[in-house]
Amino acid sequence: MGFFNFIRRKSFSHGIHPPDYKEETAHKPIRRLPFAPEMVIPLSQHFGAAAIPLVRPGQEVLRGEPVARADGFMSAPIHAPATGTIEDIRLMPTARGPKVESIILKAHPGASQRVLYGAELDVDTLSAEELVKAVQDTGMVGLGGAGFPTHVKLTVPPEHRVDTLVVNGCECEPYLTTDHRIMLEHTDELIRGIRIALRASGTRQAVIGIEDNKPDAIEAIRERLKPEDPIAVQEVRTKYPQGSEKLLITVLLGREVPSGGLPFQVGVVVNNVGTLAEIGRLLPKGEGLIERVVTIAGPEVKKPGNYLVPLGTPLRFILEQVGYFGDAGHLILGGPMMGTSVASLDVPITKPISGLIVLPEESANDHPDRVYPCIRCGTCVDACPVHLNPSRLGQLAARRRYETMAVEFHLNDCFECGCCSYVCPSNIPLVQYFRIAKSVNRERAA
Amino acid sequence: MVAKVELKTSPHLRSAPSVDQIMRNVVYALLPIVAFAIYQFGLSVLVLTITVVASCLGTERLFNWLSGKPNTLSDWSAVITGLLLALTLPPAFPLWMGAVAGFTAIAIGKALFGGLGFNVFNPALVGRAFVQAAFPVAISTWTPAFAPGRFMEFIPSTLALPFMKPPAVDDWIATQAVDTFTGATPLAQWKFDGEIVDSWSLFSGMTTGSSGETSALLILACGAYLALRRMMNWQIPAAMLLGAALTALPFWLYAPETYPSPVFVLFSGGLMLGAVFMASDMVASPVTPRGLWIYGLLIGFLTVVIRFWGGLPEGVMYAILLGNAASPLIESISQPRIYGQKN
Repeated sequence: MGFFNFIRRKSFSHGIHPPDYKEETAHKPIRRLPFAPEMVIPLSQHFGAAAIPLVRPGQEVLRGEPVARADGFMSAPIHAPATGTIEDIRLMPTARGPKVESIILKAHPGASQRVLYGAELDVDTLSAEELVKAVQDTGMVGLGGAGFPTHVKLTVPPEHRVDTLVVNGCECEPYLTTDHRIMLEHTDELIRGIRIALRASGTRQAVIGIEDNKPDAIEAIRERLKPEDPIAVQEVRTKYPQGSEKLLITVLLGREVPSGGLPFQVGVVVNNVGTLAEIGRLLPKGEGLIERVVTIAGPEVKKPGNYLVPLGTPLRFILEQVGYFGDAGHLILGGPMMGTSVASLDVPITKPISGLIVLPEESANDHPDRVYPCIRCGTCVDACPVHLNPSRLGQLAARRRYETMAVEFHLNDCFECGCCSYVCPSNIPLVQYFRIAKSVNRERAA
Repeated sequence: MVAKVELKTSPHLRSAPSVDQIMRNVVYALLPIVAFAIYQFGLSVLVLTITVVASCLGTERLFNWLSGKPNTLSDWSAVITGLLLALTLPPAFPLWMGAVAGFTAIAIGKALFGGLGFNVFNPALVGRAFVQAAFPVAISTWTPAFAPGRFMEFIPSTLALPFMKPPAVDDWIATQAVDTFTGATPLAQWKFDGEIVDSWSLFSGMTTGSSGETSALLILACGAYLALRRMMNWQIPAAMLLGAALTALPFWLYAPETYPSPVFVLFSGGLMLGAVFMASDMVASPVTPRGLWIYGLLIGFLTVVIRFWGGLPEGVMYAILLGNAASPLIESISQPRIYGQKN
């Protein structure tokens, strides 16, 4: 049986099998982190227009109270993560580099964990439009890392007809186990969230794709599904980057999203399990998104695990709480394959951040010094899940032929998963080359 | 307190192996073949191999120095070129000619193109082609395998002085009392005398020929080691052997008395060494999945065409060099279909 299972298990071609490092956090229940004395709440934690502040310095706010409203449809509101006083609104550094207008909130000492703001909703009576509005009011954005406002993802443009909701429970990045824990501990909220998303988006059926390294999660969800639920759980092979939106659609449904296109075009709406579980939890209570589960792990962390972190908690406070070894390190927000290095410990946790990984210095790369010329071994070609030719693209990048890269070698189909750099025996920073090439092309086009 | 943070770009994980580890493993995979060649042909092959490798390393270093680049000897690629080149030379090849071959391989085959990663042709074969043109007699002078005195003395031509005509080896062969020795490789015997050597001799390496090309079995085993460790792609050797066999098959079926069987074609001459270790040279071959097959099949086809209708009994070297030349074209016509693109 096991053998046939292996054959049946779905996957895409190419990709890589990095060590997953999930064992140190996967079995640990989610724990709550206390409030940091001072929180930093960027007004832009999502893709789209920054939120507009609703508060003034000196004002008192309740935990869960909106502190900034959405600036139009392509935006999301922000809620206070703790009861406290607004100190200031000023520019603060963020994970991606540029400084962003941020609300500084001083939490009251001994502030309660109870959410004090919110109005219960009877979700079942709402129409699709009302559901979408309600989702926007929660301030929900893609918690898997993209930070795309969820209500926008649920709003299907009228020219497209969609039939299937793909629920992404792959979590293929090494170290990260937030989605895994959420599927185990918040199964009911997840299923409720899926039902809401089905109605809001007008899709008829849902498929949850979960990698086969999480059999307990697959089991837990299958147990709670009712026979009348139009929801299926599909086991997919453990392989990076199985959780890539477009690849997962192809794996589960056999549909290929056109180059440069969106899942709508093949009748699909995609959401991440963490996002839908939060919708299932928040929407009926009419509350806003004020905390999220973050995997805090890596060899330098003393108490690795999954923590429920109030949004706006600075990394420095988190590290003090979980403990760490040594005095120097390499901090990564997100997973180690696609996450970003952190330049400052004053950076706060924001909505799209699913992990904080602390690697020892230099360990990010086993042989950091020596970059060899490309020997055209083709390992990257066999790794690229989009079937690009990273070897050729890298050689073109070295000669700054950025336009040729885009026009002839489909640079813009690269989604920077990092497989090519991961396997390259010459240690060529291919993904970084491609990012530079894309940004130069964008600037030239502008 | 975390006092210092490092900044890097993703991905933050990297897999082994690196280039030097891959190259070192290719060297390991070549060592049993070198050892068998020394066992088979004796002292002359030992010193010839050392000479060619030393010449390659010295040339590599010289060009590092001339071009003001850092020392690249530690990437082991020059060692591979040296070993491969030595394995393609006749056992009685004079040492000084071996040194010239090594110099040409690295200088013309590699350094002038820009070093590792930039060579258009397999450097070892560039060296081999040069000495084939420069020293036509020495490159086709064959000596018997398993001569009794092979560990006691050098073949006389080995120690020929530079720019001198090497002494003839006939007298020495006579002293070794190898009665049946014909002075020809199995391919030459077929081409010029119409005789076919039995398959087991070809398979195990009990024949004459270039020092490292005789045992197909050993070459296949060493290649399998690299392929299993994912340090060499198996598609090129497979495609090249397939291409050669498929090209030879119809002629053998049509006229078995004129054309040799596909088995003979596969296991004679340098086909196996060329397929496993030279055509598979990563730098000079395509990287696209379909390109690997086209490239291998083309080289296999060309090898048989040269063997059957060319003036030389052996065609592997020129077939691979032609394949190298066609590699960029093959790659550009075999780009895979990209996810989400129409064609």
